[in-house]
Amino acid sequence: MSGPDLTTALGELTLANPVMVAAGCAGTGRELEPFLDLSGLGAMVTRSVTLDPRAGGPPPRAVETPSGLLSDPGLQGNGLQGFLATELPWLAQRQVRTVVSIAGRNLGEWAELARRVGLSPGVAGVEVNLAWPPGSAACRDSYQAGKVLGAVRRDMPRGVPVLAKIAPDVHHVVDVARAVVKAGADVVVVGHGLPGLALDRETLRPALGSGSGALSGPSVHAVALNCLWEVHEALPEVHLVGGGGVRSGFDALAMLAAGARAVQVGTTVLRDPGAPGRIVSELRQELDRRNIASVAESIGHAHRPEGEPR
Amino acid sequence: MTPAARGPVQVQGEVLSNKRAGAYQHLTLVAPGVAERFRPGSLVAVAVGGDLSDRMLRRSFPIYRARATGTYRSTVEVVFPVTEPGDSWLGGLGPGAAVDVVGPLGRPYALPKEPVSCTLAGHAHASAPLFSLAERLRERGCAVHMVLGAVDERGLFGALEAKRAAKTVVVATEDGSVGMRGPVGQVLPGLLARTGSDVVYAAGPAAMLHDVAAAAERHGAWSQTALDAGNVCATGACQSCVVPVVGEDGVSRMVRACAEGPVFRGDRVRWADLGTVPEDTWGASRPEEER
Repeated sequence: MSGPDLTTALGELTLANPVMVAAGCAGTGRELEPFLDLSGLGAMVTRSVTLDPRAGGPPPRAVETPSGLLSDPGLQGNGLQGFLATELPWLAQRQVRTVVSIAGRNLGEWAELARRVGLSPGVAGVEVNLAWPPGSAACRDSYQAGKVLGAVRRDMPRGVPVLAKIAPDVHHVVDVARAVVKAGADVVVVGHGLPGLALDRETLRPALGSGSGALSGPSVHAVALNCLWEVHEALPEVHLVGGGGVRSGFDALAMLAAGARAVQVGTTVLRDPGAPGRIVSELRQELDRRNIASVAESIGHAHRPEGEPR
Repeated sequence: MTPAARGPVQVQGEVLSNKRAGAYQHLTLVAPGVAERFRPGSLVAVAVGGDLSDRMLRRSFPIYRARATGTYRSTVEVVFPVTEPGDSWLGGLGPGAAVDVVGPLGRPYALPKEPVSCTLAGHAHASAPLFSLAERLRERGCAVHMVLGAVDERGLFGALEAKRAAKTVVVATEDGSVGMRGPVGQVLPGLLARTGSDVVYAAGPAAMLHDVAAAAERHGAWSQTALDAGNVCATGACQSCVVPVVGEDGVSRMVRACAEGPVFRGDRVRWADLGTVPEDTWGASRPEEER
């Protein structure tokens, strides 16, 4: 089919299109399979894999807020061994471009996760969840984030791209992005939720079982877009992925134009499990309508003065 | 049926009718593909507020009735109280309005292989899925008995329909305004003693299900309880609506009420521990391990 070229280069990876599903929003993949051609995604990011099995946090783990979702699921999962034995092979069998999100509690765990995930077949890349453990400053503190990335990079086999997922923190996002790149990240994902709180209408106490949580969805889109913009402005050579409230092809294009090379769809998938496929086709139309020949051409478009060639 | 025809579908549905049923809203949707895959106990999840909605989550409901071959092809019906703006939006839709529908979702009621005696216990609007279930049970030659409860007369759902659906019908209200006085869990033991049921099917709030499961166990019956644990995505992807359930191996795990449920064996759910992650759950962290 003719039309815009949707391929995009991310570190050493080439994705068929720039639409990824964000960590934790595609479950194990099985949950979305009835609604979505997983192998047609740019990539799927797995829920964060921890070294040991985890029961997750106390419910309620998510509540609706205006144009958003406040959540703290607490990384429930089968642990690394369970993931490698059952979840990863299922994705590999279906030829899903799989980026494995990892979450360690200390540098030893980060290193072990990096080594064992990196050596597994069917891993297109590894995303470092710097928002873990809760309360750790790694996603918004450049020193901590750099230390984690250093540990992961050192133990990651060559050729496996490392994506560092940082928070769209207005004060520190550029510093943290710089630090993770210096420590060896190939790609920076600006995409965690923002700290948030919701109170229960009856009890007037925190609505989430764990207290506060991460705010995601369309309510954070403009914040995430601005962070992406600032990081691209400061570090134009760094490969970026944008996440935060993407629910349409235009939202995806906006992230590309602000400097991202790919986008992650998260909360939207929980409302609309078929959304990633729809967003890919909407993005194609958005590019077409503007006579933009490729995703590559749209990247950073918003930074270029009007009239300047792409 | 091919394997592909078993999983859930996401379809653009349409409101066929939307009317009041006592204290509740009774919504019928044309949703091709959902009824064909429906089994009693499964859920349907609808997006609320339209394309410009600021409501990020679907509302999920147990299916009241599903018809795969009606005049309007494939329809599903749900019954719900209007308690928040999302419900109110749904309740206000007129015939022909478009609704994005996902379903059927979740694990349905398990049906007995033998024509045994069954008692179905429901509270308020949550009783809705029991009527489809009763139909399937009768088709299998099961004797069906029903107990329907609510806080008061106005809160009852399906008391008239129950007379057609079941051999014995007991109505109970907590204020005694109609039928027996007391919650379902309190009148159930008497009914079980009379009917000698082998299986109890239940739908309602957690406290009621807890009582029903306990009554069934004392009577020596199996229980199948449909639990609403506040589904978030309803497909299982987000792992939010978790409840502690004891597995065949005796190990407790946090499982999703939308995917491994909503129907659980009543004797497997750790009712007293709902809303928590018990310390002995598989993968539960001891506080000192964190940070």
